[in-house]
Amino acid sequence: MKSAVIVFPGSNCDRDLKVAIETVTGRVPDMVWHKDSELPAGTGLVAIPGGFSYGDYLRSGAMAARSPIMRAVSEAAGRGVPVLGVCNGFQVLTEAGLLPGALMRNAGLCFVSRPVALTVENAQSLFTARYKQGEQISIPVAHHDGNYQADPETLDRLEGEGRVAFRYGENVNGSARQIAGIINDAGNVLGMMPHPERALEPAHGNMDGRRLFEGLLEAVA
Amino acid sequence: MKARVFVTLKPGVLDPQGKAIHHALEGLGFAGVQDVRAGKLIELELADGTSDDQIADMCRKLLANTVIENFRIERMETAA
Repeated sequence: MKSAVIVFPGSNCDRDLKVAIETVTGRVPDMVWHKDSELPAGTGLVAIPGGFSYGDYLRSGAMAARSPIMRAVSEAAGRGVPVLGVCNGFQVLTEAGLLPGALMRNAGLCFVSRPVALTVENAQSLFTARYKQGEQISIPVAHHDGNYQADPETLDRLEGEGRVAFRYGENVNGSARQIAGIINDAGNVLGMMPHPERALEPAHGNMDGRRLFEGLLEAVA
Repeated sequence: MKARVFVTLKPGVLDPQGKAIHHALEGLGFAGVQDVRAGKLIELELADGTSDDQIADMCRKLLANTVIENFRIERMETAA
């Protein structure tokens, strides 16, 4: 299975995602530069990494969402190609309109960097099939703008349709309904603030993120 | 010609930065500040003849995130 990790100026978790995907699949993903206008032929998974793309200018993810490669990513997402956005990748996906809502400055105004408890709210999705419904896991977060907000109708719809993938076990950043990760209506795009690629190997002290990659890569293999 | 775009958070959207500014003003002893909302001002230098619709299009596509923000456009007449 061919996968692609998108690299923007200011991305800093691109290598972590690359290592995670390579560790789980045994195949090195293509690193695709933001100015490219096409994904490599046959790309079966797109991962959008964390970081501070374009210095977070204007709004987190705003510039990256309008970069040439994101047109190709949107088009691939429309064809059903799975797209995973982590942290800044989640911000990019909301700015690009591939996921609803917006990620605002943390309610406490502080950058939060620590492992947080998450509940798996939907274990049926492409991304979460290796988890148990309602399972408690721990994944690190590292963000300043992780405060997920959307209008009440959108939040009701996300919850009603099982599109909340992960919820925080505590109030980490002020997110509406403690939402940590959401899925699009077609089920092939996941955005999440916590970093599953930082909980992948024994040396990380926690491997709760590994099953996300294993389940996803098994599903698209 | 020049235009100014004011981008502000929609009413009801929590503004943590505005809150922090509010607390800081109170800390400096300014009484009577009831609320603070922070926004952005973007100044555009535009070709003559750029229409309001074109500027609004820029706002919707990039300058504002209309999920959480409103925008207001103010044209500035260039001095002759």
